[in-house]
Amino acid sequence: MMTIHITYFAALRDATGQTEETLRTEVKTANALFHELTTKYHWPFSEADIQVAINDRYQPVEAALKEGDRVVFIPPVAGG
Amino acid sequence: MNFQLTSQPIETLIDSLHPHTGGIVTFEGRVRDINEDREVSSLEYVAYPELALHEGHAIIDQALKQFDILKAYAIHRTGHLEIGDIAVWIMSAAIHRQEAFEATEYIINTIKARVPIWKKEHYRDGKTVWVRCDRCAHHHDHNHVVKEKSHGTG
Repeated sequence: MMTIHITYFAALRDATGQTEETLRTEVKTANALFHELTTKYHWPFSEADIQVAINDRYQPVEAALKEGDRVVFIPPVAGG
Repeated sequence: MNFQLTSQPIETLIDSLHPHTGGIVTFEGRVRDINEDREVSSLEYVAYPELALHEGHAIIDQALKQFDILKAYAIHRTGHLEIGDIAVWIMSAAIHRQEAFEATEYIINTIKARVPIWKKEHYRDGKTVWVRCDRCAHHHDHNHVVKEKSHGTG
């Protein structure tokens, strides 16, 4: 088990109903965490829609997680 | 307003530039009142600031390497914007105009694809939707998301 801090933005913030949370999880990778949370919150995205930031930098969606990481799942961006 | 008078030198209204500068291209993305045939009343921009600034600086650095330009700059709004407000402003300065045009287009395209900024459209009928970007490979019809053509940047 490890502790992961998650921050939510935009559509995922709406779908989750909170801006951030800290949770204990047994998953080892970002995409496994995404699937765990999708099951919990019924997010309207597939893994192919999502990018991942760990500790404020883009990382591959299959990146390994470690204790204390700050994770953001990034729904499709729409700047400009 | 199509025409504005100023008693100040126009050069003082823009940032200092390298003396080799011969061409400056600016791009403004404005909030418009229609998207995908829906009447838009306003837009709300949200950013993930730590990553957005990192990616934004990287895009400008890449433009300076990739194009023969002397300077590049970009500003993006967050918060609630009304119709006609400037959402994004970009400038590239070069010795000759062609490189400035190309760099400015590269910067806006890359910002739209990569920088973690989201916009929520508020419609005249009272509904709201988080807009999806052009580059998304998969289009899911869903109440919370729509696919964007080009809203906000012409």
